[in-house]
Amino acid sequence: MADGPDQTNPLPLAALHEELGAKMVPFAGYAMPVQYPAGVMAEHLHTRSNAGLFDVSHMGQVTVRGPDPAAALERLVPVNLQGLAEGRQRYGLLMLPDGGVADDLMVANRGDHLLLVVNGAMKHLDMEILRAGLPDHEVTLLEDRALLALQGPTAQRALAALIGGVAQMRFMDVGVFDWGGHSLWVSRSGYTGEDGFEISVPLAGAEALARALLAQAGVMPIGLGARDSLRLEAGMPLYGQDLTPEISPVEAGLGWAIQKVRRRDGDREGGFPGAARVLAELEDGPARRRVGLLPQGRAPMRAGVALFASEDATEPLGNVTSGGFGPSIGAPIAMGYVPKCYVTGDVLYGDVRGRRLPVTVADLPFHQPRYVR
Amino acid sequence: MKYTEEHEWLDAKDEVVTVGITEYAATQLGDVVFVDLPEVGREITKGEEIVVIESVKAASDILAPLDGEILEVNDALTDNPGLVNEDAEAAWFFRMTTTTPEEMDDMMDEDAYKDLIGD
Repeated sequence: MADGPDQTNPLPLAALHEELGAKMVPFAGYAMPVQYPAGVMAEHLHTRSNAGLFDVSHMGQVTVRGPDPAAALERLVPVNLQGLAEGRQRYGLLMLPDGGVADDLMVANRGDHLLLVVNGAMKHLDMEILRAGLPDHEVTLLEDRALLALQGPTAQRALAALIGGVAQMRFMDVGVFDWGGHSLWVSRSGYTGEDGFEISVPLAGAEALARALLAQAGVMPIGLGARDSLRLEAGMPLYGQDLTPEISPVEAGLGWAIQKVRRRDGDREGGFPGAARVLAELEDGPARRRVGLLPQGRAPMRAGVALFASEDATEPLGNVTSGGFGPSIGAPIAMGYVPKCYVTGDVLYGDVRGRRLPVTVADLPFHQPRYVR
Repeated sequence: MKYTEEHEWLDAKDEVVTVGITEYAATQLGDVVFVDLPEVGREITKGEEIVVIESVKAASDILAPLDGEILEVNDALTDNPGLVNEDAEAAWFFRMTTTTPEEMDDMMDEDAYKDLIGD
């Protein structure tokens, strides 16, 4: 990675975070707010009951321009992008030759070009892959825009107070709206399992927009800590933990993101890196898969905890890739990879500080999403 | 009341030392969601990990502040770990006897601890 932990570039809203009392930590090469004075638990619960404002400006916003960019990007992303209507967005995966995942991302059709939103920690590597795979296209990492997320059941009310038009948007719609002379690129999406919006804003307007949103009733600033527990409850994978270069989208339970047209016997079958493995796994099922895990006790099982079939088994069968406490569940929750023979309700044992603690295989998500479709 | 650099408070009365973590430590940890307490009767050596505290953010532990033996643990924390955040000075973790009580003389008093945390 080009960005080491020492290079903590300030986010465009650094001064506002400081004013709000945020505790800052290095993440993806940036100084990021991990929590505000309310704390992770309160911030998490507030997002589920009201609305939370997240600064996710570390994420990469990438435009792809040139001849038929959807057809071109389908060579790297196993998703029906040619069928993505203008003004719509879709979840996708940037693939590696052996069927692992380089990154997960959102792709929006903005008429004459595509807008990609990629993970902050992966954006420079993504740019190399995209530029190498799309030599006839102009691939640009935008450096002049911040990204805010407004999430929660009152997010629409708060954002519509500034931009009335967003109330008509459905889940995964994207649109352009003027706010005080700034062109906002809004999508109805997020990473919390709640209704909400992600808003790309020019740097010059970012702080004013954040302050205007925070001034709305029920909107509270939310840090990375609660972002992680919210997405964990919503069953969403985090790249670098639940998704890696070795794990295929099918193993990760993301087969739904690969539409029929890209599968075996589809009109545009395969044609992306790792297609042989991915298409075979879609047909035959993967050897291991990502599952939810509910520790039976109160002790959280965090990433790295090894999972065993019994209290005295010597060989681990898999491991936890994300885990912690679910504030809305009121109990520890986790996700991890286990062989396909283990199904919901099976009891496994996690090694927590040398003790084998029982954990039940569970369906994902733990928290049912509340999208406006 | 005495304090350690690991942000524990020690309250000695009639040869029994009650141990908890400071409000500063509780704030740094964030919301506590799980506490793993030692067994009563366990012999402990200074510096040994004897309590695990899990917050929404991370796991951390309490190290034995002195040599001695665990007399009693606060089971209320097992059922309601959030007590640590509500009132860290009241939320004791365990009571112990010690074979090295003189070591407490070298520990920080309240003023010295406040200097340490820059309060």
